[in-house]
Amino acid sequence: MFVKDMMNRPEKFSIYWKQFVRELDNFGYGSLGIVALVSTFMGAVITIQTVYNLFNPLIPLSAVGIVARDSIILEFSPTMISLVLAGKIGSSIASEIGTMRVTEQIDALEIMGINSAAYLVLPKVVAAVLIFPFVVTISMFLGIFGGWIAGTASGVIPSVDYIQGLQNQFIPYNVTFAIIKSITFAYIITTVSSYHGYHTKGGALEVGKSSTDAVVYSSIMILIFDYILTQLILI
Amino acid sequence: MIELKKISKRFESRNILSDVSATFQKGHINLVIGGSGSGKTVMMKCMVGLEEIDEGEIIYDGQRFSGLTKKERKPYRQQIGMVFQGGALFDSLNVEQNVMFPLSMFTEMSLEEKRDRVNFCLKRVNLPTAQKLMPSELSGGMKKRVAIARAIATNPNYLFCDEPNSGLDPRTSIVIDNLIKEITEEFNITTIVNTHDMNSVLEIGDKIIFLYQGSKWWEGNVDDILRTDNKEINDFIFASKLAKGIKKV
Repeated sequence: MFVKDMMNRPEKFSIYWKQFVRELDNFGYGSLGIVALVSTFMGAVITIQTVYNLFNPLIPLSAVGIVARDSIILEFSPTMISLVLAGKIGSSIASEIGTMRVTEQIDALEIMGINSAAYLVLPKVVAAVLIFPFVVTISMFLGIFGGWIAGTASGVIPSVDYIQGLQNQFIPYNVTFAIIKSITFAYIITTVSSYHGYHTKGGALEVGKSSTDAVVYSSIMILIFDYILTQLILI
Repeated sequence: MIELKKISKRFESRNILSDVSATFQKGHINLVIGGSGSGKTVMMKCMVGLEEIDEGEIIYDGQRFSGLTKKERKPYRQQIGMVFQGGALFDSLNVEQNVMFPLSMFTEMSLEEKRDRVNFCLKRVNLPTAQKLMPSELSGGMKKRVAIARAIATNPNYLFCDEPNSGLDPRTSIVIDNLIKEITEEFNITTIVNTHDMNSVLEIGDKIIFLYQGSKWWEGNVDDILRTDNKEINDFIFASKLAKGIKKV
């Protein structure tokens, strides 16, 4: 019902476009800092832990590059970053829309004859679905780069072995799979969080509760869909 | 003119409004008064379509408004202006953008024309230089005035004000009351004001409806209210010692 309301034809395209651009900037540029930080350190930790676990004369060191690359591309960048963004973006969406609900700003939109669900949610969903794949792709590069820095700086793996591992047995479809996951997760985060914000009743306390619920339910949905998509697409 | 014909509203098993009938005239300020929880806000929300009535009819200038779909209500919506209790200004937009918002959404006016209209409305509410201020920078009275400016930006035929004086000092309350009165008469609007401010009742009420426990308990004008011996309305309007003294005089 909520998604159906959201999908109605915009009253005026130019107004929705402005909202869309604002959200694009918010979700994309606004998330880059945290994504860069998490991805770089995540890549570094994965590489060092892989070296530690694969320390065996029978296994070539380049395997570390393969494992780090595939872990980052298949799971860590699309899923972990989406969980981080569920916290950052999800709570922000739920509290923004929830505050608009309790301060009657949504009623004001409805009185004017504006489809408030479409006006507030549609630009967010479209912006997130479009920008998340880019954010996740950046995260992949930074994760792999973080692994290279950590591996070479600490001396646990020579640069040449790591890079050789990155190039070995590379399956481009894995990136496509990660992009599909990121689009799905973007849709989940924005719709679940918007739903919780939109249906807030009460005051400041309830806005906080909606915000928490948005993060919790988005995260649970991400984990469930992570499993479903992996089962459906990868195997 | 807006007519209510025996409207009722329930939330689960609780009756909020019971068989309320009333007529609100064009070009006049129609006050709806009553204590907290008497059903004023729910009645206003039903009248503007934010809540659906369970029984009865709401008629706008001879046309049935209740029972219409969202799409069918759209032409009416653009003739309705509403001033909410807290102002309900959009936090992310400045004053000019707030007032311009309905114009941008529903008219094909050029930016210059929209600016002229915004300036006119802001001047009308005595805020000619507030364009670039954000809602968080405004006082309570200024927020209400910007909300009035936004409500009249599209030249509405119907203006609804939900407790426009709540949280304001007596002097600012009078300014807001007078502004609503002037705008109603100047633009010949059907104005409905929810209030429990006694000053408003005595100053600007052309027609007064008293709601008590979800029912219309009394109806009249300022002169009638000073003469009525209805216990509930006297207890409500003349609650303080000072007011009781005024009533005796």
